[in-house]
Amino acid sequence: MTQTTYTDGTLVQVEGLKKHFPVGGGLFKRAKSQIYAVDDVNFSIQKGKSLGLVGESGCGKTTTGKMLTRLYDPTGGHIYLNDMELGQVDLAEVKGMQLKTFRRRVQMIFQDPYESLNPRRTIFDTVVEPLVVQGLGDLVEREERVANLLELVGMTPADTFMFRFPHELSGGQRQRVAIARALIIDPAFIVADEPTSMLDVSIRIGVMQLMQELADRFAVSYLYITHDLAVARYMCQDIAVMYLGKLVEMAETEELLAHPLHPYTQALISAVPIPDPRLQRETIEIKGGVAQPIDPPPHCRFYDRCPFADDFCRDNDHPLLEDKGDGHMVACHKV
Amino acid sequence: MSVRTNIPPINQMRMPLWQVRVRLAWKALKGSWALFSENPVGLVGIGLIVFFGLMAILHPILMATVWGKAVYDPIIGYDIDIIVHPSPPTWIPNASTEIVSLGPISPFRHILGTDPLGRDVLSQLMYSTQSEFALGIMASLVTVLIATTVGAVSAYYGGVVDMIFMRIADVILMLPFIPILIVLSAMFDFQMIHLAVVYGILAGFGGNTIVIKSQALAVKVKAYIEAARVAGGNDWHIIFTHLVPNLLPLSFLFMMVTVTGAVFAEAVLSFFGLVNIRMSWGIMIQITQAAGYLLVSWKYWYLMFPAGLAISLLCSAFYLVGRAMDAVVNPRLRKR
Amino acid sequence: MSLLLSVHDLTMHYATRKGEVSAVDNVCFDLAKGQSLGLVGESGCGKTSIAFALMRLLPENGLIKNGYIMLDGKDIVAMDYSELLKVRWRKIAMVFQAAMNALNPVYTVGQQITEALELHLSNISPAQARERIAILFELVGLDPVLMDRYPHEFSGGMRQRAVIAMALSCSPDIIIADEPTTALDVIVQDRILKRVRELQRELNMAMIYISHDIAVIAEVSDRIGVMYAGRMAEMAESADIFDRPMHPYTYALMGAFPSIKGKRRDLKTLPGEPPDLLDPPSGCRFHPRCPYATDVCREKQPDFMPVNGASRADLTHGHYVACWHPMQGVTL
Repeated sequence: MTQTTYTDGTLVQVEGLKKHFPVGGGLFKRAKSQIYAVDDVNFSIQKGKSLGLVGESGCGKTTTGKMLTRLYDPTGGHIYLNDMELGQVDLAEVKGMQLKTFRRRVQMIFQDPYESLNPRRTIFDTVVEPLVVQGLGDLVEREERVANLLELVGMTPADTFMFRFPHELSGGQRQRVAIARALIIDPAFIVADEPTSMLDVSIRIGVMQLMQELADRFAVSYLYITHDLAVARYMCQDIAVMYLGKLVEMAETEELLAHPLHPYTQALISAVPIPDPRLQRETIEIKGGVAQPIDPPPHCRFYDRCPFADDFCRDNDHPLLEDKGDGHMVACHKV
Repeated sequence: MSVRTNIPPINQMRMPLWQVRVRLAWKALKGSWALFSENPVGLVGIGLIVFFGLMAILHPILMATVWGKAVYDPIIGYDIDIIVHPSPPTWIPNASTEIVSLGPISPFRHILGTDPLGRDVLSQLMYSTQSEFALGIMASLVTVLIATTVGAVSAYYGGVVDMIFMRIADVILMLPFIPILIVLSAMFDFQMIHLAVVYGILAGFGGNTIVIKSQALAVKVKAYIEAARVAGGNDWHIIFTHLVPNLLPLSFLFMMVTVTGAVFAEAVLSFFGLVNIRMSWGIMIQITQAAGYLLVSWKYWYLMFPAGLAISLLCSAFYLVGRAMDAVVNPRLRKR
Repeated sequence: MSLLLSVHDLTMHYATRKGEVSAVDNVCFDLAKGQSLGLVGESGCGKTSIAFALMRLLPENGLIKNGYIMLDGKDIVAMDYSELLKVRWRKIAMVFQAAMNALNPVYTVGQQITEALELHLSNISPAQARERIAILFELVGLDPVLMDRYPHEFSGGMRQRAVIAMALSCSPDIIIADEPTTALDVIVQDRILKRVRELQRELNMAMIYISHDIAVIAEVSDRIGVMYAGRMAEMAESADIFDRPMHPYTYALMGAFPSIKGKRRDLKTLPGEPPDLLDPPSGCRFHPRCPYATDVCREKQPDFMPVNGASRADLTHGHYVACWHPMQGVTL
């Protein structure tokens, strides 16, 4: 696929995104194998909507998120961002000053509320940092904006929180500060890497609701990375499922949960515990465990564990994502 | 600022930023002191340092008021009234028989006696305290500057830069400290300040860097560093705004220990007569040795013990403070 | 269903430099043979502290202030070390949170289980120990050959199974599982949960399952105890907790969990935060966040009362609530 003009709805279009890590090797030795952490991933994020990236540990979802924020440099592929002012830009290619400018459009919220704030800096310093680094506003304006944002995320009155330190706040409060920090430079989209998994359950809802409100108010889309399908259902309009570096299924949330087509998605959905003792569930058994995608063979990555796999699956390359109707994409030979 | 969303401003009178920061720093200091003072060892250390500090301050005052320059100058003074030098402290019981003098001597005249060159020992002791402090602080500042910067940069960039600095550190660790200093001082003219800087450099590039680097490595992988990068921070911003402040407590601890090492190194070098200073505790012992009074008999205790004790006590003081600071720096060592 | 464990008015404080933290306050529950009780609550509610108190594994600054824990007619709180040795692992065993860290990396897994066996079952020969470990491994779904491998050679799910095997090694009557699956992936978690539930039924073991995840608790427990700020707010059969929650906190908790089944309903936040147990609220500890709080709630602590004719003496059945205004007949 080449660079084309996209419809008004698309904010981010990811094409052929790859990230390979060398195994072994060092300063003077070449690596013998590669970990194909993210391999040829394609998806798009629509304006005003959020995409959930779901999968188990080691599937490459966090790596994908980090590539979108250029914490990792992609080994290959394109990340097209449709910016209102500057047109279309390939985030994978920008460098130097351009990269710094485009960092204003993409921000990130991290998983661990205890590690994502510098313990030696005040809340004010933490939230104002993006403004300082990007050179936006003078001191008075910055103070105003920090206070506004703290109020918006529920840390009222802002003055009592601005000069506290992270250790004086609870996990939920810290995550709110992280959200304020992500929003302060008005990004177009935010990569949220499991922002609620380390929070208490009763706090989680508050933070998720806050994120949704702010998404509307700030016109921000989320790439919501999580292993928890229930949370993804609540937060996202579309869900994409990853397995061992590949995208195996992508559809609208309710459609995916009601009619999962890929065997891995089916197994995943059947394994989620249900908070209701009256409802029974049948787990779809798949054998084995997740391995690391080191120098994987060219056939379907799910072949070893799939209950429906056969010789055709083994003898052919990994299936491509195909539209099975209404935008429900699946990568499987058997569907 | 050109941002898309319009948020209505909040009109409030707020304290100026610098005032807030001062307040916060003061609170942090009080908190650290509370933790520090839980450990009696630290308080002993601080007490000793204060004691020596008073000694250093007191000397010019005494020289200006009570002590006449002719007799009490630590370098060029000479007590004419006493014939045989070194002479014991003037308050000992048999002063009249022990001290050979021209006339009656007040017991407060020489509280620690005189050295083989006729100078008052106490005056020398107090005078040297100033330069010992200066030496210690200078050396520790140099060490901290080098160790923190090198440790942070090494941890952050990794690769070739890291390798070079770590090999330098390995080489320095391998080399024996005192012989190196001896060799260097034989080649160059060493004064106190040169010694301080050289010691600081050696300590800075040596073992201290390795420890600080490992702490920096632990900080480098934290999420707030990634957040700073996502915000658009460049390498220097991250190193100086995030990395270094988290290393400073550890650096401060090393500062304390460096003072110990520097004072001790100076004592050894002065003992060998390799340092071009006019007066220090090490010089005091060196003079004693050169005149042949070292470890000869208990009669000359006042020539050996004051200087030796001063060195030991000052070194211990800073070391103890360093140990007590561990509780402040390392939260896991604090009592529940 | 015979009564196995009886906990009455258990009160426990942690002594910290800032004062005493009231971590567990007048908690009562009973456990019958083969029954599975799930303790659910937010972090800091005291559920893990109860587990440690049952095993008498509290840290130095953990003090049991009041209450008794009756097992086989003897009070665990009053036992000395030699008596505890007979109780630990043989009567009650525990699967710790973060099982990854419960395994010593320098010994093989087999050696560690053998250590537990030798300590608690006297006169067991090495050969007998190996046989027993092989049986245990098969029971939890591990290949017996793995007993001579080191923990770092195990995956997360395998390590969890190993720790469960260790807990089962002396055939305890009660097993306490403290959030054993939090760090695991969904599919692995599902397998382990199923196996634990099967084992519990096969071996007729009583289980206390501690978690903050109500979905997991719902699948694994016969009875559920909801804890808040160190106190037991409500306790009932699993179905009753979901069908007829009586405590406002339980009701709020039910509405706070997203689910992939059923209608996508709007979730309700519970405002505020759990209280600081250094200085807990007066009266009912939930009153600052409770939408129905009245004066009596602020002044007096509600007792843990039986509902609908449940027994006062035997808490293994029936519905119990600690609330001045329990909600009646509310279905979700």
